[in-house]
Amino acid sequence: MSLALSTTERSELIARHQGAIDGSLKTKLITIGVIAGMVALFVYALTTFELDFWRIINGFSSLGKFVVLMLPPDPGSLTRAIIFVKALFETIAIAFLGTILAAILAFPLGFLAAKNVVANRIVHFLARRSLDTVRGVDALIWALIWVNVVGLGPFAGMLAIMTSDLGAFGKLYSEAIESADKKAVEGVTSSGGNKLHEIRFGLIPQVLPVIASQVLYFIESNTRSSTIIGIVGAGGIGLHLAETIRTLEWQQASFVILLVLVAVSVIDLISNRLRFAIIGKRAV
Amino acid sequence: MTLAIDHNDPTLRGHAEAYSREMAAKRRQTLLGAVVFIACVLLAAYGAEVDPAKFAENAWRFPKYILEIMPTLRPATFFSDLKEWYWNLNGWLKLLWQTLLIAYVGTLLGAVGGFLLCFTASANLGSGWVRWGTRRFLEFCRTVPEIVFALIFVIAFGLGPLPGVLAIAIHTMGAMGKLFSEVVENIDMKPVDGMTATGATWWQTIRFAVVPQVLSNFASYALLRFEINVRGASIMGFVGAGGIGQDLIEAIRKFYFTDVSAILFLIILTVMLIDYGTERLRHALLSLEHRQ
Repeated sequence: MSLALSTTERSELIARHQGAIDGSLKTKLITIGVIAGMVALFVYALTTFELDFWRIINGFSSLGKFVVLMLPPDPGSLTRAIIFVKALFETIAIAFLGTILAAILAFPLGFLAAKNVVANRIVHFLARRSLDTVRGVDALIWALIWVNVVGLGPFAGMLAIMTSDLGAFGKLYSEAIESADKKAVEGVTSSGGNKLHEIRFGLIPQVLPVIASQVLYFIESNTRSSTIIGIVGAGGIGLHLAETIRTLEWQQASFVILLVLVAVSVIDLISNRLRFAIIGKRAV
Repeated sequence: MTLAIDHNDPTLRGHAEAYSREMAAKRRQTLLGAVVFIACVLLAAYGAEVDPAKFAENAWRFPKYILEIMPTLRPATFFSDLKEWYWNLNGWLKLLWQTLLIAYVGTLLGAVGGFLLCFTASANLGSGWVRWGTRRFLEFCRTVPEIVFALIFVIAFGLGPLPGVLAIAIHTMGAMGKLFSEVVENIDMKPVDGMTATGATWWQTIRFAVVPQVLSNFASYALLRFEINVRGASIMGFVGAGGIGQDLIEAIRKFYFTDVSAILFLIILTVMLIDYGTERLRHALLSLEHRQ
């Protein structure tokens, strides 16, 4: 006996399950409509971008030239290399310090924005909205503003990283606090603890590991953002990055980019290890 | 019967001593961690040229700056003041629209790129040096900040939204390729085995066994990314790559104080609206998933 279907058996099978094979018309129409809408918006967007064929071709060909010119990465001279590495150190310092300060300063804000700590709805609403506003402004914009306040240099960059993270940290903290287990807090209350004791012994032990791992995440992502705030003069390697690209020193530019890549992956590695250690400890 | 503890009980004392030894060891460890941490902070403070005196001296400038960029809105002439504050509303809205379009096209191109690459980058469907190569490529794309790509593309393509779109697309491709491949790694492999058993090619397997499982997750990630890219596109103008950023940096650099707050409020409002809209859409998508 053969296992293969004969043609009649096959057409019978198809006839029996025609509905399943065709699918529903409504779903199909919706799918086609969504895709057509997206493509139309895409095409419309392209028409507003002042594109023309030769510009794209020329662009890609000069891009190819740049890539060839970038190889191999070369700092030019030893003094330049030392300057770049120093700037990289500055970048990491900015990210680290900015994140730590934001994490500390956001602590009271997080409690203020948590529903189960501050029951007043107006305070809660205002705290949340102001955190959202701070979060909505990019670190680069904060850097521009802080440069106006404390002048050029890494200090402005650190303050920028700190401000832009305050909003994010405040929100994360308040969520961590809101989702914390109530039982520990009630236990502290029942043994005669006051409000401060409740927070210190009931809430903090629960939220600290979560917060620590979030802080590590932020140090990681801030290393990336602090590499670029130098573009507006707020310290770190971004200044050299922008300068070498603008002066068409391609080999130096690729050297700087390489430095950034290495630094970011090393920090990724370290923070992954640390995070695993923290969370692992918590699981035990 | 009393519940009080007899402190002279030798077994209890043994436990108490063991406990205090353990606690002392833990305390020492915490202390060591704190010392290392403080050393790092001091080193970083030295590197970032932190100067509390300078900060204290200039700290008043920050609230002053914030007050300066705020417009004067008097109740008596509220509407004409508002009109004066947003004197260039049409121009800014145009640029804001361009920003949104840059983010949209960048997200779409990046999502398509990430979609095409995620299957070869995943541990269960990709293989050998192709997977290794794809992964390194995606890593490169997402580690280089998008504004650096924009700087390079501005020189290659000239000023305008095109370099911004390409920069965002490349960065998005890197980030989405990774997220997508993680989604693909978590799929149910039974449909894949089924397709393989019927003799399907690699592409047919992807199309009929993998894509139906991952599509809603992909769409949800793409929406999340769109929101991030709107923020990213709003600063592309800083390096001449289109969007509202070019007016913002000009306003900040040239001290057009009220313009700064006007543009900032527009950006914040847009980001919040997009935030809200994409969240609604994502919830709708996920509930669609659960209904099936």
